[in-house]
Amino acid sequence: MSNPMKIRVSNKDGVTEVKVLISHEMETGQRKDASGALVPAWFITELSAKHNDRVVLGAEFGTAVSKNPYLAFRFKGGAKGDKVTVSWKDNKGGTRTDEAAIA
Amino acid sequence: MNNQRRTVLKSGSGAALLGILAAAGIIAPNMALADWNKAAFDAKSMADTLKALGAGTPTDSKDVQVTGPDIAENGAVVPVGVTSTLPNVTMMAILIEKNPNALAASFTLPEGTEANVQTRVKMGQTSNVYALVKSDGKFFMATKEIKVTLGGCGG
Repeated sequence: MSNPMKIRVSNKDGVTEVKVLISHEMETGQRKDASGALVPAWFITELSAKHNDRVVLGAEFGTAVSKNPYLAFRFKGGAKGDKVTVSWKDNKGGTRTDEAAIA
Repeated sequence: MNNQRRTVLKSGSGAALLGILAAAGIIAPNMALADWNKAAFDAKSMADTLKALGAGTPTDSKDVQVTGPDIAENGAVVPVGVTSTLPNVTMMAILIEKNPNALAASFTLPEGTEANVQTRVKMGQTSNVYALVKSDGKFFMATKEIKVTLGGCGG
């Protein structure tokens, strides 16, 4: 249904940096198509990131987040090989979960 | 003895109710941390948004920073970040004053996550961008004007 997220996770001096690039249209609901009809809003509303089973970031998005959202954040801890999982949910009920190992 | 039985009954039914809600998909278990705040995202003005977030009147703080370009050529993709050196930051949000809905994104930070988040947002026109940070239960704010040469909202 949707393309996988690109997740890069690196660890330096005990701090793990996570960079996520999500593939999503992020329609605002304010744009009109060629025939002048409003394109309905379609955007990611909630996102959460986990390190192993611990939640390290929760996010809520509005329509003002860009198409194909990018997100970067850092948390303390994490070791090489640990898993970081990112999942999102959009306003149409679509979800996706991807994971990456700390490099 | 009787009292204890009541307590057990009560707590038991509470847990069962949560289980039912989770099963029905009303509360997705892994999403429980971030329940989408519809009121805040639907609010149009800065004041309404702050009210919906329960922030009241945040204090301006030098320990909060909005990172981003001074001039954004393309309003559809403006890199914006929020950083703060305040202790115990539990929540951060990005607000764009002149967008149709001021709130762009909000983040919940558990302990151990640094107050440093970057993302990309759309901006309809040149506007002040606000960073809202909750530290030790109090709200702080910082602002930066980002000039937009080409609007990012269908214009």
